[in-house]
Amino acid sequence: MKARVTVTLKTGVLDPQGKAIEGALKSLGIDGIGSVRQGKVFDLEIGDMDKVAAEAAVKAACEKLLANTVVENYRIELV
Amino acid sequence: MKAAVLVFPGSNRERDIAYALELTSGVKPALVWHADSELPAGTDLVVLPGGFSYGDYLRCGAIAARATIMDAVRRHAARGGLVLGVCNGFQILCEAGLLPGVLMRNAQLKFIARNVHLKVERSDTPFTRRYNAGAVIEVPVAHGEGNFIADAETLRRIEDEGRVLFRYCDASGAVTPAANINGATNAIAGIVSENRRVLGMMPHPENHVDPAIGSTDGRGLFESLAEALQTA
Repeated sequence: MKARVTVTLKTGVLDPQGKAIEGALKSLGIDGIGSVRQGKVFDLEIGDMDKVAAEAAVKAACEKLLANTVVENYRIELV
Repeated sequence: MKAAVLVFPGSNRERDIAYALELTSGVKPALVWHADSELPAGTDLVVLPGGFSYGDYLRCGAIAARATIMDAVRRHAARGGLVLGVCNGFQILCEAGLLPGVLMRNAQLKFIARNVHLKVERSDTPFTRRYNAGAVIEVPVAHGEGNFIADAETLRRIEDEGRVLFRYCDASGAVTPAANINGATNAIAGIVSENRRVLGMMPHPENHVDPAIGSTDGRGLFESLAEALQTA
């Protein structure tokens, strides 16, 4: 089993890196993109365990390390 | 004073901190490796120095905050022991949950390395007793992620409890948007824990302790600690 964790900044948290990327896209002449928020993606290989246990393990990983829940949200997908 | 300065892979200010501590207290601090599980017996001050622990991977301070030695630091703090985190050390303390909030990328996206002015908000702490409340000191900063953020409720609590020890200000002590170098909420440069025994700050007082450098404005912080621990 594999898990993909997506970590994004919470709404309202200033993302200067996203803003800089937004500016660069504009200067490339790519139109139609309103705004950019930068996040992170983690691909995890899960060991031998059932789906419920895997979900619990990945959730613990997110809460304890992968995301700083003060400013970030995370989303888990098991595949 | 029996101080322990933690060393993580990528720390680079541990010698500056050690120099400042020895200069002001006369006692050489122990340098403690991140993989150790205990602090030296009798440690009464733990310092987390600046640098780029673990190359700032994941988030600044995130990996160091989960290092083995940090369990001992948590026990030390829970006992009411003194802890000082400077720059990356402040980031580590926030990531470890010993201080609230997060240090985000500087609002202007630039790494800032220069002298700044700080307003000392209060003098009744073990870190600032040698300063007068309202004093303005000049010390260097060197960081790319020093933009302090906390949720509204946490922020209100920190302010209501008077836990902001240092704010970015101009030379006259006025806290202005222009003086807020990294865009930190409420121009916060340093905060303490609820019991006022854990301090995290972005600027580097340890670099202004020797007259040879041209300023000794940061010396008061280390003299405060030496004095607090002498009379403790």
